[in-house]
Amino acid sequence: MEKFTQHTGVGVPLRRSNVDTDQIIPAVYLKRVTRTGFEDALFAAWRNDPEFLLNQDAYKSGSVLVAGPDFGTGSSREHAVWALKDYGFKAVLASRFADIFRGNSGKQGLVAAQLAQEDIELIWKVLETNPGTEVTVDLVERLVTCDDVVVPFQIDDYTRWRLMEGLDDIGLTLQHADEITAFEERRDAWRPKTLPAKHLPPVEIKAARPVELSLGRRPGL
Amino acid sequence: MAGTLAEKVWENHIVRRGADGAPDLLYIDLHLVHEVTSPQAFEGLRLAGRPVRRPDLTLATEDHNTPTLDIDLPIADATSRTQIDTLRNNAKEFGVRLHSLGDADQGIVHQVGPQLGLTMPGLTVVCGDSHTSTHGAFGALAFGIGTSEVEHVLATQTLPLAPFKTMAITVNGALPLGATAKDIILAVIAKIGTGGGQGYVLEYRGEAIRSLSMEGRMTICNMSIEAGARAGMIAPDQTTFDYLKGRPHAPEGADWDAAVAYWSTLRTDDDATFDTEVVIEAADLEPFVTWGTNPGQGLPLSGAVPVPEDIADANERVAAERAIEYMGLTAGQPLREIAVDTVFIGSCTNGRIEDLRAAAKLMRGQSKADSVRVLVVPSSARVRLQAEAEGLDKIFLDFGAEWRNAGCSMCLGMNPDQLAPGERSASTSNRNFEGRQGKGGRTHLVSPLVAAATAIRGTLSSVSDLGPDVPVPDGSPLDDLQPA
Ligand code: SF4
Repeated sequence: MEKFTQHTGVGVPLRRSNVDTDQIIPAVYLKRVTRTGFEDALFAAWRNDPEFLLNQDAYKSGSVLVAGPDFGTGSSREHAVWALKDYGFKAVLASRFADIFRGNSGKQGLVAAQLAQEDIELIWKVLETNPGTEVTVDLVERLVTCDDVVVPFQIDDYTRWRLMEGLDDIGLTLQHADEITAFEERRDAWRPKTLPAKHLPPVEIKAARPVELSLGRRPGL
Repeated sequence: MAGTLAEKVWENHIVRRGADGAPDLLYIDLHLVHEVTSPQAFEGLRLAGRPVRRPDLTLATEDHNTPTLDIDLPIADATSRTQIDTLRNNAKEFGVRLHSLGDADQGIVHQVGPQLGLTMPGLTVVCGDSHTSTHGAFGALAFGIGTSEVEHVLATQTLPLAPFKTMAITVNGALPLGATAKDIILAVIAKIGTGGGQGYVLEYRGEAIRSLSMEGRMTICNMSIEAGARAGMIAPDQTTFDYLKGRPHAPEGADWDAAVAYWSTLRTDDDATFDTEVVIEAADLEPFVTWGTNPGQGLPLSGAVPVPEDIADANERVAAERAIEYMGLTAGQPLREIAVDTVFIGSCTNGRIEDLRAAAKLMRGQSKADSVRVLVVPSSARVRLQAEAEGLDKIFLDFGAEWRNAGCSMCLGMNPDQLAPGERSASTSNRNFEGRQGKGGRTHLVSPLVAAATAIRGTLSSVSDLGPDVPVPDGSPLDDLQPA
């Protein structure tokens, strides 16, 4: 995960509340087997609308999403965070986040900054009056700057520290690699290993074939 | 200090104790992988340039998307094929052992671990699959995890975990004839509710649990998640050791002795306390079926579809109304009168050799009701081979059932084995959610005995409906019975 101390980029004023994860990324995109390349899926339903913010030149290159309250509710899909990140967003500002979304963001290096709703309104005004205005999110000082609006935000200490150090959960655990190795050295000899593989002698498995059997009382028949 | 079984296994795996409310870091002994929840985890490793830390503690199988017919041909469905191909490529790239379609050890991940002797008492076992609780039958601490956690385990062989509470579920006395492990767990879920186990590790104990085979114990632990618990456990005993002895990956020689000595200490101390205790009298149990759309909506087969007006709790009343409507039932209708279209015998709950034997004993010399289709899907290719060696396949085919290759199949219908809209099944699987077995499909969860009796009569039935002279079969090999 990249270290995050401060980021400056175009702000996108998403004046909607209760944007759930189904709106952030519809379920049809969940069948994919990749973890990247979800940028086209972000807000897929809204992107058909030419008026939608991300279809306007001024906001297209946005990287700081300024959203309404209760952002990221609904299904726990991590894909919602992947889609925001893949599009290029580095931070989301809102007055309230759904817990799971906030947790997933922290795991994936997206800053979910909680601001007072009045401050969100002030930033919205600036961004709507002067589309393309940049917003600076300073994680060290926990401050958001947008033109002459300078306001504080909240993020829990642990997540802030992890983001500033660029540590995802895995990176964090790997800091204790020595302890893991020491633990491995103490493990009992009887504990199983999948390799080298041991199994009964290989046998040919015959493929079952479709059979013409009565198919039961199918509805409507 | 006195401890419960779950606490002992937890303590034994702490790599690093979390300070100030931070989670403990636990070591994971065995990581099972399947094609649905692993692609993004492997992709994450690739993006971060990380290897799989312990390929030798990792095992992958193909199960959810695999067809149960024509397994030697390319998989017809493109999405399923992609997921399977992705797993194959990832396994190759990261050096993970994979049992692919056509291999004798391919099958449902929760059957393959035990049958290879990889699942053992005192282990921590995880898999990106909620029914990982199955492995708790051996006295392992086993639970399902999400995709980020799958990646975490692949990269570090550990997981940061918040502590859990403990719940004892004691089933006293002996099970009456005709009631099985499946009926115990359906009764438990009906009693504590689908959220009753949230935040807990369940420990099943008592005489009725002790007298179960490993297959029966796996059936019980499997459905712990349906009660909301992430894990269920049963203390290991001679039954556990006998099941493991001689399996391909079971310890040998001095290692075996050391293992058994340690495993024998894995029981809840007499003076340990549980956060919650539930007691069930086995004598009160009878064959159970579900009538609704969650596993907690179950009743004894002798009962009737509930009358919503009689339900005091407003939420439950609305849930019951909705379920009855979805299921196409009428309030007050006797459960025995419900006619089904399909009988599915299979899944990680009840697709094991004992389940197939018990069903075959009832089906032998009989034929299925004309109105039903019967699908028998072994939980692994090895189980299929064993069933064929015992002649069960012939019994199923003579009965009019279809005998398929191994996999999850109609348990969740990710492959072509699905219910049509409105179609009704009696299913030995574990989830009766709306559309679980196919869009609009209606599922009644049952034991293998009820499934077989239902296949014979066409309506939800137990062995006792087949006549007074029909013995109640157990899971022993068929030779133990008088020839039909
Ligand atoms: S058989 Fe069903 S419950 Fe078991 S692993 Fe497969 S899909 Fe999940």
